[in-house]
Amino acid sequence: MIHMTAKLSKNVRSNAITYGIVLVFYAVVQILLATGNLSSLMRGLLVPLCMYAILAVSLNLTVGILGELSLGHAGFMCVGAFASAFFSKYMAETGMPAGIRFVAAILIGALMAGIFGILIGIPVLRLKGDYLAIVTLAFGEIIKNVMNVLFIGKDSDGLHFSMNSAVDLHLKEGGTVIVNGPQGITGTPNQSTFTIGIILLLITLFIVLNLIQSRDGRAIMAIRDNRIAAESVGINITKYKLMAFSISAALAGVAGVLYAHNLSTLIAQPKNFGYNMSIMILVYVVLGGIGNIRGSMIAAVILTLLPELLRGLNDYRMLIYAIVLIVMMIVNWNPTCKAFREKYSFRNIKARMKTAKEVR
Amino acid sequence: MALLEVKDLSISFGGLRAVDDFNVSIEKGQLYGLIGPNGAGKTTIFNLLTGVYKPSKGKIELDGKNITGHSTIEISKAGIARTFQNIRLFDKLTVLDNVKVGLHNHNRYSTAAGIFRLPTFYRTEKRMNERAMELLKVFDLDGEADYLASNLPYGRQRKLEIARALATEPKLLLLDEPAAGMNPNETKELMDTIHFVRDRFDMTILLIEHDMKLVAGICEELSVLNFGKELAQGKTSDVLNDPEVIKAYLGE
Amino acid sequence: MGTMSFLSYLINGISLGSVYAIIALGYTMVYGIAKMLNFAHGDVIMIGSYVVLTAMTSYGMNPLLAVGIAVIFCTLLGILIEKLAYKPLRNAGSPLAVLITAIGVSYLLQNIALLIFGANMKSFQSVIGTKQIPLLGGDLLVSMTTIVTILSCVIIMLVLTAFIKRTKAGQAMLAVSEDQGAARLMGINVNGTISLTFAIGSGLAAIAGVLLCSAYPSLTPYTGAMPGIKAFVAAVFGGIGSIPGAFIGGILLGVIEILSKAYISTQLSDAIVFAVLIVVLLVKPTGILGKNIQEKV
Repeated sequence: MIHMTAKLSKNVRSNAITYGIVLVFYAVVQILLATGNLSSLMRGLLVPLCMYAILAVSLNLTVGILGELSLGHAGFMCVGAFASAFFSKYMAETGMPAGIRFVAAILIGALMAGIFGILIGIPVLRLKGDYLAIVTLAFGEIIKNVMNVLFIGKDSDGLHFSMNSAVDLHLKEGGTVIVNGPQGITGTPNQSTFTIGIILLLITLFIVLNLIQSRDGRAIMAIRDNRIAAESVGINITKYKLMAFSISAALAGVAGVLYAHNLSTLIAQPKNFGYNMSIMILVYVVLGGIGNIRGSMIAAVILTLLPELLRGLNDYRMLIYAIVLIVMMIVNWNPTCKAFREKYSFRNIKARMKTAKEVR
Repeated sequence: MALLEVKDLSISFGGLRAVDDFNVSIEKGQLYGLIGPNGAGKTTIFNLLTGVYKPSKGKIELDGKNITGHSTIEISKAGIARTFQNIRLFDKLTVLDNVKVGLHNHNRYSTAAGIFRLPTFYRTEKRMNERAMELLKVFDLDGEADYLASNLPYGRQRKLEIARALATEPKLLLLDEPAAGMNPNETKELMDTIHFVRDRFDMTILLIEHDMKLVAGICEELSVLNFGKELAQGKTSDVLNDPEVIKAYLGE
Repeated sequence: MGTMSFLSYLINGISLGSVYAIIALGYTMVYGIAKMLNFAHGDVIMIGSYVVLTAMTSYGMNPLLAVGIAVIFCTLLGILIEKLAYKPLRNAGSPLAVLITAIGVSYLLQNIALLIFGANMKSFQSVIGTKQIPLLGGDLLVSMTTIVTILSCVIIMLVLTAFIKRTKAGQAMLAVSEDQGAARLMGINVNGTISLTFAIGSGLAAIAGVLLCSAYPSLTPYTGAMPGIKAFVAAVFGGIGSIPGAFIGGILLGVIEILSKAYISTQLSDAIVFAVLIVVLLVKPTGILGKNIQEKV
């Protein structure tokens, strides 16, 4: 019985460290802000930092816990961003209190992204490995492209849709175009703040960590480790794959809400919602440790700050970033390097000293 | 009424009759052996019984209930559990969690209860931990509950697989070459364990095995399979002395 | 006139598809043998194009010689990338590790190009010339570039197939792609074979780069990325690991892209390409010519 209690408290302690890191980070930033020690550049990075951390944690649920490679995470973020920005703009004149409207926007962004997760997940999750990766990439690109030709307007008759142009909406006088094709959505209220970002990150961590350390999480990881064995003990493969995938998508949607309400203009571009973004999030996950939730969060923060910290080096910073990425991957994963690290890791040296003592 | 009743079970792969009109009837509490040369179709029968393959012909009844053509999940719920010839554990989960995955369908709480840590979460998890530790104790694995399954030595991985199968509370346990790769001492120990499982859990066991010593030692009845067809069936000692069976095994 | 414009679109599609097919060949060979998605493959195209551009504009070289130099340069680059970045991770036990490293290499190549050549678009003068050739009694004008592109693709495809079927090195490639361990036991130099594969794939990328930039004469450090992704889609489309699959996938992709641009919507053409890919994979999960592998229980 000792084992079980030890294990439960081990999880609790590990989670507490994760939440603690976020809170300490928040406190440090608040102090820096209060004392005016944060450059405007860094201040501008605070909300994106939370956003990237949420994206990395949520993608790790698909890649690390479910064990499926997804290259379309930015697509779900895109859905969350547009759905919530649309809602916020639509409701802007109704007199709904701004706070409640924002909470509703977050929920709508998560819900829409989650629904897309289910719709895309049903066909896609039958595929495996690289095929699944390329199809998720394809879906992500489709979402981005469709957003660029989508026009939605509002007038006294209600909503009007078009895939051609704003003129085709045939709006009555006094009607407004909310989603304007390649010009996207403009004038979304800037409600994302660092505090809200941190709260959403904590909620994301809470959901993901507790899910993993529960009955459903075990089933998801069992499918990852051995699908056939999981099926043989009666685990419903489709249900749990979809659960992990859609929760991951919904949380990416939350990051999208944060993104949309941090800018006054929301446009779907390759650099914010394209496959490059999905790949960047995947880089956080892999560097932070596949399946390691805390690690992916930290990797997201460090890798977002790194190019900014290297800004003094100007032209060379992205070059250095690329080299750091390659070197880190090789050091982390090369079998020889791995063995070397294990041999000389602090923990193992300590353990060896301990056994040496015991032998004596 | 037999616990497992199989009638005229057949399946073909691209014209090849892998299993051809297989019949068996296993009583509750029996230890039944399925033997035959490599490629005789033994594992295919396990895959048919557990719904991995759908039979092209025939009928499978478990405890009077027709389960022919049912999905793997339904069959697991109906009460058949199995182990695999090439061990299939959840490598990156702990030994304890491997068994807890086996307990999945009999110990439930909602996803929300899991995320928001409602009282049912703590209650059910406690019950699952206790039950899993009980099962691990049976196989002397309780000391390694926190190890990753992949870090267990081979023989203990086989035991863990049996523990996980038992966690699903089956009526019938299928063991696919449980002694493969074990030394004589380990095999001896495994025989004791299988006996113990049968008596302790009142279990019905159908096993595939090549180790004749193990088969002769614990199986009460046998079916011999050759090229997908049943060669002989009956009491273990009778079957093992059957000249046809000896011919199939040793060649002419 | 309708049929004529359709024919002209179709030919353009086949031409673009030929470029995709040449890139996809590199993808598919590397995937078949090293079991990795070489995300940097598209950027090798871009490097090759810059080499040709520099050789022609700065050194006034003859186009054919410039292309030759670019092919050699990219071949060496491919071998170097494999040795430095991918080989250390070959036994890492995680395909993701190599994938991320390949992404790192992709960033690296883009940023090297950015440093040397700048972010501004460079106009690429066609290596082949801009001559238009009248066909079908002058009703159909087809550019020389288009014809050369299609011909190059067919020739490359035939030579490559013959190389794999008839040479020892080609057979070694097949063996390594089937089973690396067994190939090694049979005395095949696995490292050498993998290097050769990267060399061929990267050399082809240089040719693809020249053809691409001759048809769409603008070059930036990011020029290779999207065609790279699309060629990868083409390879998956046709059945990754299969050389005829890459060819068919590439051509189909190019035709679908150009036709949907012409008849449906310019902005949605990529979305349509990807949608077709999804449908193909859902109907046949391993691509058009891919082998079906089922896990044994």
